[in-house]
Amino acid sequence: MSDIVIRAEKLGKKFIIGHKVEYSAILGEALVRSARGILRRGADMLRGHAVVEGDEVEEFWALRDVDFEIRRGEVVSIIGHNGAGKTTLLKILSRILEPTLGRVELNGRVASLLEVGTGFHQELTGRENIFLNGAILGMTRREVLARFDEIVDFSGVEKFIDTPVKRYSVGMYARLAFSVAAHLETEILFVDEVLAVGDAEFQKRCLDRMSAVASAGRTVLFVSHNLAAVAALTRRGIVLKGGRLIFDGPIEDAIAQYSASLSKGKVARDWGRGHHSAIISADLLDAQGLPTDTYEPGTPFNLRIEVETTDMPGLGLELQLRDANNLPVAFYSSSIFSQTPLPSQGRHVCTLSLQPLFLASGDYSFDISTNSLTIVVDHGVANAIPFRVAASSPGGIAYDFKQSLGNGVLAMQLASPLRIESKSPEPA
Amino acid sequence: MISSDRPSQRLILEAGRADRQYWGDIWRYRELFFILAWRDVAVRYKQTVIGLAWAFVRPFVTMIVFTVVFGKLAKLPTEGGAPYAVLVFAGLLPWTLASSILSDASNSVITNSQLVSKVYFPRIIIPFATVMVGLVDFGVSLLILIGVMAWYGVMPDWHILLLPVFVALAVLVAIGPALWAAAMIVKYRDFRFIIPFVVQIGLYVSPVGFSAKVVPPEWQLLYSVNPMVGVIDGFRWAILGGDSPLYLPGFAVSMLVAAGMLWLGIHTFRRTERGFADLI
Repeated sequence: MSDIVIRAEKLGKKFIIGHKVEYSAILGEALVRSARGILRRGADMLRGHAVVEGDEVEEFWALRDVDFEIRRGEVVSIIGHNGAGKTTLLKILSRILEPTLGRVELNGRVASLLEVGTGFHQELTGRENIFLNGAILGMTRREVLARFDEIVDFSGVEKFIDTPVKRYSVGMYARLAFSVAAHLETEILFVDEVLAVGDAEFQKRCLDRMSAVASAGRTVLFVSHNLAAVAALTRRGIVLKGGRLIFDGPIEDAIAQYSASLSKGKVARDWGRGHHSAIISADLLDAQGLPTDTYEPGTPFNLRIEVETTDMPGLGLELQLRDANNLPVAFYSSSIFSQTPLPSQGRHVCTLSLQPLFLASGDYSFDISTNSLTIVVDHGVANAIPFRVAASSPGGIAYDFKQSLGNGVLAMQLASPLRIESKSPEPA
Repeated sequence: MISSDRPSQRLILEAGRADRQYWGDIWRYRELFFILAWRDVAVRYKQTVIGLAWAFVRPFVTMIVFTVVFGKLAKLPTEGGAPYAVLVFAGLLPWTLASSILSDASNSVITNSQLVSKVYFPRIIIPFATVMVGLVDFGVSLLILIGVMAWYGVMPDWHILLLPVFVALAVLVAIGPALWAAAMIVKYRDFRFIIPFVVQIGLYVSPVGFSAKVVPPEWQLLYSVNPMVGVIDGFRWAILGGDSPLYLPGFAVSMLVAAGMLWLGIHTFRRTERGFADLI
């Protein structure tokens, strides 16, 4: 019997994505467009294709020509930028998505953790959810029963085990969810970015648990942005970039390769152009001045934007920072806020250093546009610089202030130390 | 390690590859089926004031309205000597069961999109799990039927022993189109609007509030193309006994149509389910 438990050959996955063409305010045009949309979708349906929202449809390869082999007992991490195809790869291996091309051979019972708490039901109690989630992850009732006390113990929510989970705090919920997942025992395990839950103490326990799993001789495939965790847990790394496998080897080299690929800059993109100008490229830079896709909260925002202008004097550059829900967070305009319009002709590299923002962790993006002083957008690029705040800990302790907590996206910082004066007399 | 005592399996994932382990997988995931069914039942009446009593109130009120409208106002004939209320309820039982399965199961895949996009299991488990909710409500309604029959002093005969068979038929009649619709809804959300419409129309097209015998004899066979006609007829035969003889050719047509739809449902579902996570 072969010792190779996962073999991927020429693996490819194609998605069809739709774009919305800029909205037209003219009723006639809008009607024509929606009529055309109905016709196109109707024709798709007759041919048995899926409905794609949007006015223009495009093919997109999330994964292409990926080959690798993984032996029994190996612990491998998959690293890459946002959108490099990591999750798509895990989803194919765990049979959620079907590959478009190529094949995968799996030997052994597989379990995958693409998120913690899959299928948790708000109305059910902690106890009930342990069984529900366990079954969803592929555990039998017997297995869950055998580990039930361990799971509850690990989660630290014994007192609330018979309370509906909708009454749980975010932290308790996450801890219970991870605890079930952590007790999943299969020959092959896929783990996607599930370590980023709970407080620092719990995260450490999760990491310990993962390294215990990894050293128990099971095959583990591990996706994470947490390079420190990746380096500690695994010895082999696979680097994905734009859907292709660009490196497969020792983890130190993989991390180096990944860091290098970050700074090489993005693939040139054609963003089109406006009447008088065109935004050619835009990057978020790290402290070394190299392009990055992550932002460290509380540090200056360094941006480099390349713009071309043809004939219009007084064009300004505008930035709109948006959160994961596409809601505006902050705004900057070069013509209004700092009276530095763009020269009327030529190619310009604009370097901006903006005051730090203490952003909550999560995904963000900058929309960039050129505007005339009459606030008419000449060339607008939505989502020009997507970036992520991996972790946000205002105050320096390991508490992750997340967008998803719903407390807003900015942590307020004290201008001077907090002073507390007590009015009541000190008890003797 | 408890879980690795099962034999290792070799698995090939490839585009368009028919999955030979599928039916085995369903058996392996049987516990998930039960737990999803249990979840749907457990959650159904959570945070309602009267809880399970809803399963009493709805069919009971419908029965009264139908008895008044069809029996008293429209003066439609009953079957044999059966009280009209019993006739209506014997039709309402399978109709409610089948229609709730059709609406719940057809929406089930998209309401469970969280699961579909995050874990693997044979997707067909999801629509089948919703059948349980329908069956629990059905059990409650059965108690009402017993009450109504006792009130009117109607005694069932040996035919009643075959009732479970017709319950199973009602489930099969509903699950076929439901599987088909569940698969289609993932791709074309239009069906979300079509199914409630079908259920609404179906209530009047099927012999729920009246006896199938009011349809002229020459049209009986054609009428039975609606498989619910056969199922409801069967229910009345089982409950009312000799008062409601079974029209066999029509029943056969109904069952044939139901079998065809079941095959189509399973076939369509199996063919499209591998792409569910792409589309959901």
